[in-house]
Amino acid sequence: MIALTTIEASACPLGLEHVDTDQLIPARFMQTPRAKGYGGFLLHDLRRDASGALRPDLAVNDPRYGGAQIMIGRANFGCGSSREAAVYVLADAGYRCVLAPSFGDIFSSNAVKNGVLPARVGAADIEALLADPVVLAGGAIRVDLAAQTISVGNKSIPFEVRADWKKQLLNGWDDVDLTQSYAQDIAAFAARDKAQRPWATPRAG
Amino acid sequence: MAPRTIIDKIWDAHVIAIREDGDCLLWVDRHLVHEGSHHGFAQVRQRGAGVARPDLTFGTADHYVPTRPSIAVDPDSARMIRQLTENCAEHGVACFGHGHARQGIAHVAAPELGLTLPGLLMVCGDSHTSTHGALGAYAFGIGASEVAHVLMTQTIWQSRPKRIRITVEGVLGAGVTAKDMALAIIAKLGTGYAAGCAIEYAGSAVRGLSVEGRLTLCNLSIESGSRLGLVAPDETTFAYLRGRPYAPQGADFDRAVEDWRQLATDADAAFDREIAIDAREIAPTVTWGVSPEQAAQVGGLVPDPADVSDPTKAQAWRDALSYMGLTAGMPIRDIRVDRVFIGSCTNSRIEDLRDAAAVLRGRRSLVPGLVSPGSAGVKRQAEAEGLDAIFLAAGLEWGGPGCSMCVGMNGDLVGAGERCASTTNRNFKGRQGKDARTHLMSPAMAAAAAVRGHLCDVRELMAEGQS
Repeated sequence: MIALTTIEASACPLGLEHVDTDQLIPARFMQTPRAKGYGGFLLHDLRRDASGALRPDLAVNDPRYGGAQIMIGRANFGCGSSREAAVYVLADAGYRCVLAPSFGDIFSSNAVKNGVLPARVGAADIEALLADPVVLAGGAIRVDLAAQTISVGNKSIPFEVRADWKKQLLNGWDDVDLTQSYAQDIAAFAARDKAQRPWATPRAG
Repeated sequence: MAPRTIIDKIWDAHVIAIREDGDCLLWVDRHLVHEGSHHGFAQVRQRGAGVARPDLTFGTADHYVPTRPSIAVDPDSARMIRQLTENCAEHGVACFGHGHARQGIAHVAAPELGLTLPGLLMVCGDSHTSTHGALGAYAFGIGASEVAHVLMTQTIWQSRPKRIRITVEGVLGAGVTAKDMALAIIAKLGTGYAAGCAIEYAGSAVRGLSVEGRLTLCNLSIESGSRLGLVAPDETTFAYLRGRPYAPQGADFDRAVEDWRQLATDADAAFDREIAIDAREIAPTVTWGVSPEQAAQVGGLVPDPADVSDPTKAQAWRDALSYMGLTAGMPIRDIRVDRVFIGSCTNSRIEDLRDAAAVLRGRRSLVPGLVSPGSAGVKRQAEAEGLDAIFLAAGLEWGGPGCSMCVGMNGDLVGAGERCASTTNRNFKGRQGKDARTHLMSPAMAAAAAVRGHLCDVRELMAEGQS
């Protein structure tokens, strides 16, 4: 995983609440191998009207935010299913950070695994960001993970992120490598547990 | 030792190591995989790694399997199903593939096979894994990277969740089910209330539920944002599990029960939050919007965004009403439906099908509909009881086991603009198909909607049936 320290890029002021995983990527696209790229599926149905044309009223379709690497949502971003593809669509479309007051539990965990920062920002600060002239004009804002701040013009806005996720993102750590360093503990646990909870092993069925 | 909750007891029994930041490496007792786990298997392959414990990993085809004989399997779905079988075979994992006698939706098949047991830590790359909490398991959904991690190590990193106890006291009225209890809880608390938390469901109304009912209740835990929900195992649990194929047998089972009895929350254990709900206040409930929290009792009115002071919420309600094609203030029972779907990991078990059949017996559905049993086992049982004949006589289609029209990945879709009375778990925009409109409700309520052609209170039909 690539380390994430700072991001300086434009932000897409999506501003929707309860953006669920079925919106982020409709289920019908999930058979696609990852190697083909998921960016084109991002919010696929939401961005289009009944005729299939891109809706001009949605920030994600606005050319000013074409190079955005930061998404700004409202409450409960990424609620719904465990599909990691809901993060693949963001990552493959170039997003490295989502700012929202709250996130779906599994979504935020999946985000970190893919090097995408789920930064919790106070609801009032989100409203300020969504109305900020620099953001609206597609100007660059700066997210500093170590300092846990977002800089917009000369304003500085704090954000929260779980300490373990912060460390993982800053270092670009991979869970599997870390876990494999515990191989002896895992083997010892398994042996002890087999004696303590014999019923936990499935019968041959 | 200080008094502990069931959540802490199971957690503590699975801790392998504690990191500086407090995160724990936990042992995984059961890992369920399905067609969607292909991303996880691909990551294992990329690393040139193997599956650490194939004996604790079980595959079942559910998301992409065809559930209507009339619909041909498209090549992409066929590939997804085949890929699961091949991945399992390559790694020595037992697989209940398409056509297998034990195939079914993971969250229906695993409990009925005795793969789900009290005190186990279970994961699956599906958010409705919380279902297994009904038997006292600590079960939660994970993403593809975590699927790969569990395949390779049989462990998972987790932060200790905050604990919530939701106590429902009293007796549910006739025609009121676990689905109504779950929707009432989510409507009351909101979908973000329990974000990242673990819920214990307690109280006499929860105790009074069958295991099937508890599976429905715990299934919907994720819709309140929580990581998992569980019910402490009791005599109802033990009676359900005895004799199931993968559960311990004979004296081993009795010894296991002794351990399982110790899992219940200690008398003085503290929760981070406590919620009390009166079972008498719960009535048949349906969703009217595009989030499970947008739910109301069937006798009520479609709410008015003008009554909401928070402008963001008011906008979300207007948007929901527009998508759903509803008018604020209209009686919910005036909402006409175009079709019904009875199935999914939420409500496709034998008791669900009995509930729906009890309403449909001797009646005709005014709209087309599909009934999809949750597993091959449920299908056999339902057919042995003659339930299939009741559904067919009512004019509904009797399908095969799978996730089916809940998520539409297998091509069983609700058409654009169509309105579906559905026993599923998510009424998100486009969930059952592009521009499809979903109303969540219990199997009995979906059956009642089929009979009337509009949403209605199943208790009226029950009264008619008696007179």
